[in-house]
Amino acid sequence: MTAARDPRLVLAVLGALALGSAALFMTWGVNGAWGFALPFRAAKLATMLLVAHAVAVSTVLFQTATGNRILTPAVMGFDQLYVLVQTVLVFALGASAFAGLDRRLLFAGEVAAMIAFSFLLHAALFGGARRSLHLLVLGGVVLGVLFRSLAGFLQRIIDPNEFAFLQDRFFASFNSPHHGLLAIAAAMALAASLLGWRALRRWDVLSLGREVSITLGLDHRREVTRILVMVAMLVSVSTALVGPVTFLGLLVANLAHAVMPSFRHAHLLPAAFLLAVICLAGGQAVLEHGFGFDTSLRVIIDFLGGILFIALLVRGKVR
Amino acid sequence: MIEAIGVSKRYGETVVVDGVTLRLPRGGVTAIIGPNGAGKSSLLSMIARLLPMSAGQVRVDGLDVARTPGAVLAKRLSILRQDNHLPARLTVRDLVAFGRYPHSGGRPTREDAAHVERALRYLALEGLAERFLDELSGGQRQRAFVAMVLAQDTDYVLLDEPLNSLDMQHAVAMMRLVRRAAEELGKTVVLVLHDLNFASCHADHIVAMRDGRVLMQGSPAAIMTPEAIAAIYDVEATVHEIGGRLIAAYFA
Amino acid sequence: MGARLLLAVLLLLAMAVVSLFVGVGTVTPARLLAEGPEGPAMQLLLVSRLPRTIAVLLAGMAIGVAGLLMQLLARNRFVEPSTAGTAESASLGLLAVMVLAPEAPILVKMLVAAGFALAGTALFLAILRQVPLRSVLMVPLLGLMLGGVIEAVTTFLAYRMDLLQSVNAWTAGDFSGVLEGRYELLWVAFALTVLAWFAADRFTVAGMGEDVATSLGLDHRRVLAMGLFIVAMVTATVVVTVGMVPFFGLVVPNLVAMAMGDHARRAIPWIAVLGGMLLLACDMLGRVIRFPYEIPVGTIVGVVGAALFLALLFRRQARLG
Repeated sequence: MTAARDPRLVLAVLGALALGSAALFMTWGVNGAWGFALPFRAAKLATMLLVAHAVAVSTVLFQTATGNRILTPAVMGFDQLYVLVQTVLVFALGASAFAGLDRRLLFAGEVAAMIAFSFLLHAALFGGARRSLHLLVLGGVVLGVLFRSLAGFLQRIIDPNEFAFLQDRFFASFNSPHHGLLAIAAAMALAASLLGWRALRRWDVLSLGREVSITLGLDHRREVTRILVMVAMLVSVSTALVGPVTFLGLLVANLAHAVMPSFRHAHLLPAAFLLAVICLAGGQAVLEHGFGFDTSLRVIIDFLGGILFIALLVRGKVR
Repeated sequence: MIEAIGVSKRYGETVVVDGVTLRLPRGGVTAIIGPNGAGKSSLLSMIARLLPMSAGQVRVDGLDVARTPGAVLAKRLSILRQDNHLPARLTVRDLVAFGRYPHSGGRPTREDAAHVERALRYLALEGLAERFLDELSGGQRQRAFVAMVLAQDTDYVLLDEPLNSLDMQHAVAMMRLVRRAAEELGKTVVLVLHDLNFASCHADHIVAMRDGRVLMQGSPAAIMTPEAIAAIYDVEATVHEIGGRLIAAYFA
Repeated sequence: MGARLLLAVLLLLAMAVVSLFVGVGTVTPARLLAEGPEGPAMQLLLVSRLPRTIAVLLAGMAIGVAGLLMQLLARNRFVEPSTAGTAESASLGLLAVMVLAPEAPILVKMLVAAGFALAGTALFLAILRQVPLRSVLMVPLLGLMLGGVIEAVTTFLAYRMDLLQSVNAWTAGDFSGVLEGRYELLWVAFALTVLAWFAADRFTVAGMGEDVATSLGLDHRRVLAMGLFIVAMVTATVVVTVGMVPFFGLVVPNLVAMAMGDHARRAIPWIAVLGGMLLLACDMLGRVIRFPYEIPVGTIVGVVGAALFLALLFRRQARLG
């Protein structure tokens, strides 16, 4: 274990696997109908890449900012919050008005609401008294249930006929992703990456914890704030594209820490991203064409992620 | 010079540090002592801007720590707290190299590398440099963190109970190291100590706290009297001169 | 039984009477009198409203008491059927019967679901024994995650078998489908609740831990087995007849414990009454809030239960410091 593998070698292997997964996804089972299949699959692959980026980066950064390996934005209910924000908007504006609005404007509004809420949440959970990690995680999980129930409740109150129409158009899932938001999502992912490029070294320092990073001259509060904003944006992107994916982040962030012989974010972030691509594109290709299961990827990720979570708890990785 | 002016820390009704005014000149080793709950660690944390003050001001070489950018302060003052649990999995060398972050911004130069090597050598950590921190004993890890603080190469070094997880042999070695750092490298070291006799043997100046206030301060000779110890700790002690040092006996 | 409890029972009965007249079809005392015993209003009352009201009361009582039993036996305030994998296991069991023996009578379905619930809870307890317990909060956290894993299995299988619709129907607690002839199993749950009341002292002692229980002359294993049996049966019955009611068994006993402490024999009647009341209130709310549509009780309890759970969680922590 101590005999250090080269991080660049690990990245190269992961990159090759990710490329292979993407190629597999694009080509497996296309029977001559290339003209139809390729554009269709390309859009799906682009969605997967963006979701992989958003989930991987947001989870790794969230874990760096909160200093542990078990809290993730999704476990803390951020995904469900996005669905709730969207439902509240539909509820407040009325379905027809909502449907008439510019999709991108709406998305911007939702992202703004997410950022505001994530600060409230952060202040409520992390501010004030020092709380045990278990309380935070349990509180987050229950909060996620609360958000989901509230969203479900509001969705029931909205006129059922209207809602059926809305559900198709605005609430994405893995089965019916929203390709309409691809461009804006890609722009946000790019912006996040560019902003992040300059912050990589600071995040390395941040992973030493609050006190050490302050001693080393980091403006800890500002750094955590920045990360929260990024996380809120990225979670919005991924949830808007495919709906909540609870355990993908936990899975790839922990795998990244496990395979990457380095603590540097310059290595960890790309590793988590590539692992997410392998999970999504490779997993989907194998499930769809290998086993003929078309839409169970998310369930399988939840299954594996849940087991990993339990294993992390049982092995006492959570303090 | 470190100046604390009317520094207080309150949690609701509870006052932990109560209007402390203190001047610590440059150079030498200053020990802060006192019973549990006297506010020693809180005061140290506020000086190092880890803990926001409820009232008062702290200046380091004239710089207000609450207003000065963290990066500027990090070149003048470093602190090591008691419980150093890291979420990240690092080797000793990685950790010590982080001490150079205030100077290099994460892009280490050859000079930074030299600082790291010197710090490792100073704490006799060369053999452990490539080991992961979670593979070390508590004492070894403590030394690694001290090495990081040394690599940071600041004029002022604050240590919060640095002897906490060390056995007798390593505790003595640590205090000798602190003295050497003060004498050879010209550092100003301020540390919180639990053991009065360590303070007596190794500090130039002792600050005694009780109930959030500075009760008295002075040279070891001034503090190491039965009357002073009774006032600080509510303990009857006798003070003996052993090998030119003042040792308090309060075990019986 | 004190006067206050009597008052609470009367309030519960009053709510039950009101519940008979709340819903889409108009049932009023005036119409009942005017149409006579064979009229459509009376038919609606007898076939739908009365069974529904009884079902809600029985379920509310049984889940509340089952929650208390789990909390006593696991010695943890935050455990209940939906935070220990019990409810999800029952749901998986139900799916298994539907796949393997779709024609089986409902009693068999319930028994299989109970078997799965028992196995799931046993698995949960086995995992707990592996864990160095650092905090009480880890127990419900583990249970929630185990429940999620089991749920993933159920969803996967249901999807493969094309049964996702039915699974969704029974995972979201809903009383609107309750009619005469389709809820009577809940009387079994009620009987078990009464049994739990009779055995209450044993559960209290068992809740003090194996060592204390043994030194007081109690067969700890037997009490534990009996408690788990009751919990599994109650959970399976409720899941089979109305679906999951998340966090309900956690919230009710905790509210009662806040007011009157943890003595099981004294607490159980209060938990039963309060459980019936709270679930009936949620169900009636679901009937009127978006009239003429109905909101399933599971959705409302999800909101109320999760909010109360959070309040308990942070209130407790604040008190402990």
